[in-house]
Formats: sequence, structure tokens, C-alpha cells
Amino acid sequence: MPVVPPVDTPDAPATPEVRRRGLGGYFLLMPGGVWLALFFLVPTVTLVATSLYDPSGSLELGYQMTWHWQNYPDAISGYSSQIVRSLVYALIATVGCLVLGYPLAYAIAFKAGRWKNLMLVAVIAPFFTSFLVRTLSWQYLLADNEWLVSTLRNIGLIGADTHLINTPFSVVAGLTYNFLPFFVLPLYASLEKIDQRLVEAAEDLYASPFTAFRKVTLPLSMPGLVAGTLLTFIPAAGDYINAELLGSPTTRMVGNEIQDLFYAGDYPAASALSVSLMVAIVVMVAIYVRRSGTEDLV
Amino acid sequence: MREVGDLVLGNLTKRYGGFTAVEALDLTVPQGSFFALLGPSGCGKTTTLRMVAGLETPTAGSVRLGDDDITALKPYRRPVNTVFQSYALFPHLTVHDNVAFGPRRQGKKELKAEVARVLELVELGDLARRKPAQLSGGQQQRVALARALINQPQVLLLDEPLGALDLKLRRTMQLELKRIQTDVGITFVHVTHDQEEAMTMADTVAVMNQGRIEQLGPPEQLYDLPSTTFVANFLGRSNLLAGSVTSSGADGVWVKVDGAEVRAPRARASAAEGEVWVGVRPEKVHLRTPGEETPAAMNTLRGGTVSDVGFVGVSTEYIVTTTAGHDLMVFEQNHTSERRFRPGDEVDLHWSPDHTFLLDAAQDAKAGTEIEGA
Repeated sequence: MPVVPPVDTPDAPATPEVRRRGLGGYFLLMPGGVWLALFFLVPTVTLVATSLYDPSGSLELGYQMTWHWQNYPDAISGYSSQIVRSLVYALIATVGCLVLGYPLAYAIAFKAGRWKNLMLVAVIAPFFTSFLVRTLSWQYLLADNEWLVSTLRNIGLIGADTHLINTPFSVVAGLTYNFLPFFVLPLYASLEKIDQRLVEAAEDLYASPFTAFRKVTLPLSMPGLVAGTLLTFIPAAGDYINAELLGSPTTRMVGNEIQDLFYAGDYPAASALSVSLMVAIVVMVAIYVRRSGTEDLV
Repeated sequence: MREVGDLVLGNLTKRYGGFTAVEALDLTVPQGSFFALLGPSGCGKTTTLRMVAGLETPTAGSVRLGDDDITALKPYRRPVNTVFQSYALFPHLTVHDNVAFGPRRQGKKELKAEVARVLELVELGDLARRKPAQLSGGQQQRVALARALINQPQVLLLDEPLGALDLKLRRTMQLELKRIQTDVGITFVHVTHDQEEAMTMADTVAVMNQGRIEQLGPPEQLYDLPSTTFVANFLGRSNLLAGSVTSSGADGVWVKVDGAEVRAPRARASAAEGEVWVGVRPEKVHLRTPGEETPAAMNTLRGGTVSDVGFVGVSTEYIVTTTAGHDLMVFEQNHTSERRFRPGDEVDLHWSPDHTFLLDAAQDAKAGTEIEGA
């Protein structure tokens, strides 16, 4: 029987090189990894641990880890209305961003021409001032004795005893305003990449401009749309500045309660509430991303 | 097939600011023909195509399909489909959904069998579930074709559809496209800068240059009797020699060129007096050793010198310098394996008057040479 001699595999010497390249990748990950471990992983673990401390502890007496799971049902039942309100406000603000932001992003991407860069700067411009100051200015904008309310009253759009400030409207409006750039920018980036020849092709294939938008532009902008809604909804749900400055005791969001508990020194309850909110958001986002079918696009 | 009539462009003009892309174009594309718009980039051929598709609004003029004036019709209302140069396949849809896009917009349901039939026509039956990104360039090209063909348009517009393919695939697809056009019988308007592509596929070729049609006709006719120097140079290659007409009679037009007198039939003379360009295709010119007898009634130039010899397999390309210092290209089929002439050899040139054409000397003899496609 003929014996087949062992053949030298020509790509054998390539193996160590591949391994070295792999290590190089990990090396590059190092700074980011260390940063995340120090400033994300450790605080998260601390937060979860704190949420399980004995609630009878205090700043002066110190806390004890007693695996007190009861903190969770207590936090959720005690602040269920604020949790629900946070999610509802965040949802409405996200829808508001969608309604205002999609046409804006679309206009910047396709219709702005030479004004494109200026419009982008205008979208980013609010970031040059602090979040807090911008929200404070809304206090004045919506105040009873300012021009907006008096104008609306004069033309009869709102009644004499209707207020804008310290209402659910002012809180949601503030959230919408503050997070609009986070919605517009990723959506713009997504829209801008869409090859306009695809829209031409759709119109050549009997799609009216609206159908072409619905069947081509909209689906292709989904990655940006999903990213934009997430970047709006997630921080909006955890926000407390808008409810603090523009709201009233009846518009308190879960963020306000966490802040109060924190200042009151009730760290375990504050942590349990934070973790509950985090879990609620992660679950909702996971369902949303899965349903929008863009896991591999985001 | 529905009786739809010819595609007629009347005085079609497109200007962008001060630049005229298409200048008062009059053109009739007979129904069911394979029509090629051939020209260098920037000659206005794609703009013309886009105006037919409705993607560009004409500055003036009309686009008619049979009895219908479709000039003002939106693209999605025209019975015209386009195969785009970039294919423009929808990346988020499968091959099946790409092909079904047009029929769905027209409210058709139950498309599976129809889509399968068209995909079969372009030999892509088994790839219906793939996304465009998972296909090769040639396959994407076929999907683009299927996506347009399924709508049974009255006119199919093809904008450099083979430009992105490599040479070998392009040749295969040329034959394929021709086969499909013969099968479906739809009017094809094909825009290309590749003269070989245009000549291989089209029944009629219109050569465009600077927004105008230089010449229009069957490929053989354009090649055999170009009516401008641009066509003579852009479609294949030509020798153009300066000459002046000495007499014009029943036997043809006689021209004095490089110390000899040559003749062209009257029907082949676009210009028949004064200064002219005497044109002849390189493969129509024959070489003889000096003194060897040339057939009677041939156009003959004696005393040339071979200055360059290029061997390209099936043929040999010579450059011969005439006594007056003009260079002529001569292509000879390699019927034998021995080399007939070497650089420096003295040769006589001759060609038939029936292969001679005369063009107006006012035209630039170099027009269409540097911008030859591909």
C-alpha cells in the first residue's frame, strides 16, 4: 500500500502570529477595561450590595450587610406611582422627541443643503450651557407672569387659571427639550448614510414619495431611530432635575425620591429603588430592541 | 406584448445653470428595439436616460411613449423602469422582496410564482432568500435586472449596467442581456461608454457627444461609414489623412493625399469639395512589398515605411509612415505564423475605394480619440 507522506501545512507558522495579534487586541482594551472596572463595575456592585444592607442602619451608626431582600418590595410598593410616572413621562418625552426630532433630522440630512453644518451646530449648541441652567431658563419661560403664558392667555388658548409651570406638561416638555439632541444626532447620522439613489430606485419602481419613505428611508434609518429613542428614554426615566425645577409634589419622579432618600441617609432604600429602576429599564429596552429587529444594526 | 409604440424624444434639453447637458435632442427609439446611447462620460447620455425615467426634469422638450406625453409624469407613474449603474438594491430586503417591490406598489398579491419566474429568467432561482450584501457583483446586477423586468415596463432603461463588473463577466452578461431582451421583447435603452458593449448588443446605436447625437444607426453602418471624426475615432479606430478634392464625378470623388490620388464613392463622401479628411479603418488597409503589383482600382499610397509593429495574437498592428510623414495604422490578420514586415521595411499601402470615407476637414481629426471608453 502506498504511504501518503505527511504534508507540511504551509500555514502552520502563522499560528503564533495570530495569537500575538489576539493579545494585541486585549492590550488595546486595557485602558477602557480598567476604567470600566473602576468606575462602572465597582460602583454597580457597591450599589447592589448597599441595596441589601439592613435598613435600620444610618450614616452615623454604619450599615450592616444582612442580605435584606425585603428592601426591594418595600421600595417598589412605597414608590410604585413614582416609578410608573417616571416611565410614562420618559415615554411621552421620547414620543415628543420622535415627533419633533425625526422631521428635524430628516431636514438636516436631506434638505438643508449648505445650511447643514449650521443646523447641526444649532442642535448641539445647547450643550454649551449646563443642563441645569437650561432647565432653570425654562422655569422663567413657563412662569405665570412671563410672555409665553400671558400671550397664550390673551389669545385664549389657555384659561386664566391654567398654569404651565409645575405641571406634568412642564416636566415632560423639559425632558423633551433636554434630550432632543440625543435623539436627533444618532438619527441624523443614520439618515445621512442612506444612499439617495435607493429612494430614486423606489420611485422608479412605482413608490410615491411617501411610500418610498415608508418602505426604504424609514427601515434604513431604524438603527439611528432605535439609538435615539434609547438615548432619550433611558436618561429621561432616571432624570430628576426637570421634575425638581419644573414640577410640583404631584409630578415627582423616581429620581427625586432616590435623591431625597439619599440625602436622608437611607442608602439601602435609595439603592434598592435605583436597582429596581435599572432592571425595569433594562427589561423594557431589551424587549424594545428585540422587537424592532435591529440587534445586529445598533 | 402590449402595443405601446415608440419612445420619442422631441427637442429634449437639460441645462444646469449655464451648462447644457443635453442640447435639443430629437430621437425615436422603435418599440422592441435594443437601443444604445454611446458616448464618453459627461456627454449627456445618463441625463437623457434620467429624463426618460422622470428622475430629472427637462428644461425644454418632450418625452413621448406612443401616443402618451409623459414629460410631466412623476417617475412612479411612468411605465418605465431603470437598472441603475449602482444597482441601488434595497439592502434591508431579500432578493425576493427586492424583485417584488415594484409589483407590490401596484397592489399585486400572490407574487411568489411571478418572482420565481423572473429570477429563473436571470438564473438566480435559488438565491431568493439572500440579502443583496450576500451576493456577488454579477448576481446583484441580475437582481437589479429582475427587479425592473418583473414590472414588464414599456421601456427598460439601463444605465451602464455592466460598468462595475470585470471584463470577463461583462462579456457574459452582454450576451445574457441580449438574450433576455430578445425573450421579453421590451424596448431596451442602454447607456454605455463602452463602444464594444454598444456594438455587441444594440440594434441601433446613437453616438452622443457634448449633449448632441453625432450619428445614429445600426452598429455595422456606424462603423463602416462614420459621418463625423468623433464617431470615426470613438467607435473603433480610424486613419484620417488630410487631402483636397480634385474632381468629383460619376465614378466618385477624387482626392489628392500625400502625393497620390485616391477615390471614394459619392455616397461615402460627407464632404465632396475643398479640404477633406480621407478616412479608412486600419483593418481595411493592406500592405505590399514595394514593386509588388496591387489590384487595379485600389487606392494606393507608395513608399511608406514601417515604423512600429505590435503583435496582438490574432492580428498584427503596424504603424506606417507615409512619404509626407503621416502615420497610418494597419491591422493585419495573422493568417500565417511568420512575421511579414519589420520596423524600417519599405511598404506600399492600398485599400478599396469602397472602404474609404470622406469627412469635412473643418472637424478636429483627434475628436473622440483620447476619451475612448474602458
